Amino acid sequence: MSNSMQKDPWFSAKNLKLLTEPIDSKNPVTVLVLGICSALAVTVKLKPALVMALSVTVVTAFSNLIISLMRNSIPNRIRIIVQLVVIATLVILVDEMLKAYIPDVSKQLSVFVGLIITNCIIMGRLEAFALANKPWPSFLDGIGNGIGYGLILVTVAFFRELLGSGSIWGYRIIPESIYVKNGGFYENNGMMILPPMALILVGVIIWIQRSRNKSLIEK
Amino acid sequence: MGILDNFKKMDRNSSLYTFLYASGMVILVAALLATAATSLKPAQQKNKETEKRIDILKSVGKSDGADKAPNRHQFVDDAFNKYVAEMFVVNSKGDKIEGVDAFDIDLKAEQAKPVEQRYYPIYKAKLDNQSIKYIIPVRGRGLWGPIWGYIALNDDLSTIFGATFDHKGETPGLGAEINTVEFQQQFTGKSIFDNSNRFVSISVVKGGADKGNPHAVDAISGGTITSVGLETMVRDCLSGYQAFFNKQKNAGNEQ
Repeated sequence: MSNSMQKDPWFSAKNLKLLTEPIDSKNPVTVLVLGICSALAVTVKLKPALVMALSVTVVTAFSNLIISLMRNSIPNRIRIIVQLVVIATLVILVDEMLKAYIPDVSKQLSVFVGLIITNCIIMGRLEAFALANKPWPSFLDGIGNGIGYGLILVTVAFFRELLGSGSIWGYRIIPESIYVKNGGFYENNGMMILPPMALILVGVIIWIQRSRNKSLIEK
Repeated sequence: MGILDNFKKMDRNSSLYTFLYASGMVILVAALLATAATSLKPAQQKNKETEKRIDILKSVGKSDGADKAPNRHQFVDDAFNKYVAEMFVVNSKGDKIEGVDAFDIDLKAEQAKPVEQRYYPIYKAKLDNQSIKYIIPVRGRGLWGPIWGYIALNDDLSTIFGATFDHKGETPGLGAEINTVEFQQQFTGKSIFDNSNRFVSISVVKGGADKGNPHAVDAISGGTITSVGLETMVRDCLSGYQAFFNKQKNAGNEQ
């Protein structure tokens, strides 16, 4: 088995599948239902959602890579702790780098960078994939899952910002003049700003995805 | 290499292997993180100072262009030296204290001291039209962590020329809105003393302040605790300067 994988070209069909599958049919949020917690917390506005998605992708990819490199030496009894140490180290490094070189982005993310440590997708991928696979496929799997997670985050944030604040990326989309306070008829949906609405939006996305792809529906 | 080979041959489920593996990993990670933290510290410190200067400049509307400047630190330092004419520290009685650098004062540490021993930093800015603004730093508590800001007063020491606020980790879209221009603009033109020269500070009113009220601004919907924290912060911090304000005003009247 190891020999046949060795001969795989870097971007073979099999490896590419690792990148594309988590975006749709194996999406970590809508199919595996992981990482829901941060989908609620960081999706009020589009910008933090996107930066969060990027950071998670980086951390998932590299922790997958490192754990995969270490996989034959990790003592089984403490493997979860070893995984956590690797994730936490990466997250702290990312946080320190952001603070030193792009302080404005770091300020925008504030507490959310630290919260990446508790994102269940990362640990889920380490347990389910990196511990049993070679470094390169693990790295691709990490990137694929990061993108799959990010896509949902950005979609949810898009609708929450548009309907909850009337803007996209901080720019006003719904004109001031049609608001009730300016004599119009429109009012932002306050529900959209609150976390439960993210859950409902994720539910709607799952609904749409499953009605398009019937194989995802549990019997 | 002998030790490493022996280590590799060990039973991976034995307690000794587990123990050695964990210790080795922790030492390695500790060394890595310590190195990273130490080597990135100067850059982070400089960022913090520049951030503080930007905040101070922002309260008098002079921070524009910092984001686009090729050398952000240089740009901010130049602007700061140009507009901030004087920095000094007063005590709770309004007397100037010599020999203390206002810029280095940590408000958090000051607020933990008894009132009589506190240092109150003031930045005196001189704008292009030669008008004098007094910039007062404020610091308080939001919902999740500290909030802070700078309030620039006109030389009547009552009318607010500009205000800027920021926060560590308020909820995005809710409490975090205190650092938006829309929220901060409300403070411009409000006054912290009423007509009979009584200190009234600025109220942050839930549900919207009356348009004509010179001592109130609108709170943030959904960010009640942050709004209340901000109101308390502004009142508590500015009230410490009352003695200084009164002294300045009296000195102005005698001239």
